[in-house]
Amino acid sequence: MPNELAFLPCAVVTLAGAVAAMMLRNLVHCALCAAGAFAGLAALYLQLDAQFAGFAQLLVYVGAVAILIVFTIILTRGADLRPGAAATSPAPWVGLLAAGLVVACLIGCLVSSPSLNRLPAATADAPVKSIGEQLMNQYVMPLEAIGLLLTAALLGAVVIALREPPKSEPPTR
Amino acid sequence: MNGLDQVFVWLGHWLASWFPVPAQPLVLAVLAMAGIITVFGTCFALTTIVERKTLGRMQNRYGPNRVGPCGLLQPIADAVKMLIKEDIVPFSADKTLHYLAPLVLTVPIWLAFAVLPFGRNMSAVDLNAGILFFFAIGSASELAVFMAGWSSQNKYSLVGAMRAIAQMISYEVPLVLSTVPVLMLAGSLSLNDIVAAQGTFTYGGLARWNAFTPWGLAGLLLFLIAATAESNRSPFDLPEGESEIIAGYLTEYSGFKYALFFLGEYLGLFAVTGLAVTLFLGGWHAPFQWLEWAPSWFWFGVKFGALIFLFIWVRATLPRLRLDQLLNFSWRFLVPLSLINLLVAAVWWRTGAWKFAAEAPARWLLCAALIALPFHWLGRALRGPLPPPRKYTYAE
Amino acid sequence: MTTPLVHYLILAALLFGVGLAGALTRRNAVLVLLGVELMLNAANLNFIAFWRFGPHPENLTGVMVALFVIAIGAAEAAIGLALVIALYRHCRTAQLDRVASLKG
Repeated sequence: MPNELAFLPCAVVTLAGAVAAMMLRNLVHCALCAAGAFAGLAALYLQLDAQFAGFAQLLVYVGAVAILIVFTIILTRGADLRPGAAATSPAPWVGLLAAGLVVACLIGCLVSSPSLNRLPAATADAPVKSIGEQLMNQYVMPLEAIGLLLTAALLGAVVIALREPPKSEPPTR
Repeated sequence: MNGLDQVFVWLGHWLASWFPVPAQPLVLAVLAMAGIITVFGTCFALTTIVERKTLGRMQNRYGPNRVGPCGLLQPIADAVKMLIKEDIVPFSADKTLHYLAPLVLTVPIWLAFAVLPFGRNMSAVDLNAGILFFFAIGSASELAVFMAGWSSQNKYSLVGAMRAIAQMISYEVPLVLSTVPVLMLAGSLSLNDIVAAQGTFTYGGLARWNAFTPWGLAGLLLFLIAATAESNRSPFDLPEGESEIIAGYLTEYSGFKYALFFLGEYLGLFAVTGLAVTLFLGGWHAPFQWLEWAPSWFWFGVKFGALIFLFIWVRATLPRLRLDQLLNFSWRFLVPLSLINLLVAAVWWRTGAWKFAAEAPARWLLCAALIALPFHWLGRALRGPLPPPRKYTYAE
Repeated sequence: MTTPLVHYLILAALLFGVGLAGALTRRNAVLVLLGVELMLNAANLNFIAFWRFGPHPENLTGVMVALFVIAIGAAEAAIGLALVIALYRHCRTAQLDRVASLKG
C-alpha cells in the first residue's frame, strides 16, 4: 500500500533530481542528477507494488540510458562549457511559459476531477509469471514489434555513429 | 526444525521477541543486515590475506607472514594503514563527485546480499523478482566507476573509467543471458524457488544441481567468466592494471576511499559468487543425500569458499587480456554461446519426456554435443588462423 | 496514511513540466534528449499509478505498457545519442542553435 511517509522523500528526490538535471550548467552533473531522478522513480514504482517495472527501470534507465548519456556528453566535449557561454537558448521564457501552461492545465484538471478520489485495491500483485504469460499470450504482437524495434535501433545507432572512412577522391562540385 | 541448521533463524526470532510485535519485522530486517555486514566484512578481511598467501604459494613464495601467526593479522594492519593515510583530493577535482563515488559503489552492493539464500529459511528478503533485483543493483555500480574516473580530472583516470565501463557493459550481457536457462527451467525469478528446484536427489543420492547438467555446466562456466570480468579481476583487470595505466580510475584515491573501492570490488565478487552458488550449485543443498545432516549454511559456505578459491587460482594463472581481445571475447564468443546454451537448455527440457533405457546418457550426450560443437567452432573463429611454424634464423 | 492517487498524478505532471521546460530551453542536444526521457518517465508513472489504483489490478495492462515504454525509451535514447554524436562529428558542436541552417 502506498504510504505517505514513504512517498514524500521519493517524490522530493525525483523532482529535485529532474529540476537539477534541467538547470545545472555542468552537463555531467545534469546527467548524474537525472540518474538520481530515475532511481527515485524506481522507488516510486516499488511503492506501487510494480516490482518488475521498478527493477526494470533501474536496470534500463540507471544502468544503461544514464551511462549512454554520460558517454555522449564526454564524446561531444559538452562538459567544457565556457564560463561566459549561455546554457539556455536566447529566449528561455517561451519554453518556460509553455511548460508552465501545460502543467497548470494538467494540475487543474487533476485536482478538479471527481473520479480520481479512489482508494487503491487492497493488494495488487504483479508476479513475474503473470507478466510472462501475458507477454506471450495477449501482448505477443507488441513484444515482437519491440524486438524488431530494438534490433533496428541497435543496428541504426551503430551505423549512424560509425566513423566514415576517409574518402580518397575529392568531392565533385 | 533441525537445530543446528536453523540456529541463526532461531537466534533472530529470539532477539526480535524482546521487542513489541509491530516493530518485529523491522528488528528482524536490522538483524539480518547486521549479520550480513558482519559475516561478509569478516569474509572480506579473510579473503585479502588468503588471496595474498595463495597467490604467493602459487608463485613459489610465501605470502605476507610477518604480522601475526602465518600473517593472519595482516588485514588489521592493512585496515589501520588505510585509515590513517592522508586523504588527498586533487586540486582541480570535482569535489562532490570525488567524495560520492566510493559511496555510490559500495552501498548498492550491500543491497545485493539481501536476496541471497544463505541457508534454509535464511534469505533476508524473498522477492518475487529476486534475480532482476540483483542485476539491477549490479548495474547501478557502473555509474560510480564513471564518477570516480571523471571527477579525478586525470587522463589516466578517465581512460581507465571508460575501459572499465565498456568492459562492465560488455560482460553484463553474457552474465544475464547465462542465468536465463536456470530461470526457464526453474520457472521463477525468486532465488528461494530456484534453490528448491535443485533440491531433489537422483541416482544413488546425487543432487540435481544445475551444474550436473550440460547446459548448467556451460552456464556456470559462462557465468563465472562474466563474473570475473564484472568484478574487474584478473585476467580482466585492464581497468586497474598497474603496469598499464597506473591504477585507472583509482589513481587519485587514497586512504579510506581507496579502501572503500577495494571493499566494493570484493563485495561484488562475493555477491556474484553467492549468486553462482544459488543458481548453479544447488544453493544450500548438500551434494549427496546422505550428507544432508550437515547444516545448510555450512554447505553454502563450502561451495562459496571453493568458488572464491577458483577465482584466486585463475588470477594467479592467466595473463591479462588486452582491451580488444576482451571485448571480442565477450561479444563474439560469450554472447553467442549464451544464446546457444539457452537453446540447449530448452532441448534438455523437452527431452525430459524421453522414457527409454539409456535416456540419461543419451540426453547428456546430445545436449553436450549441441553446446560443445559451437564452442569449438566459435573458439576457432575467435582465435583466427594460427601463425605459421616459427623459423629460427640463428639457432641450430 | 495512504497516498491518494492525485499525489502521484501531480508528481507526474510536474515531472512532465520539468522535462518539457528543459527540452524547450536548453541549448545542448543531449539535455533536450534528457528532457524527453523525463517526459517518458512521467507518463510511465501515470500508467503505473492508474494500474495500482484501478478496480482490477489483476489485469496487468498498466505494468505491461510501462515495460514497453521503458524499452522504447531506451531504444530512442540510443538512436538520439548516436545522432548527436554524428552531428558533433559533422558540425563540431552539440549546441542546437549553431546547427540552425540546412546548408552543408
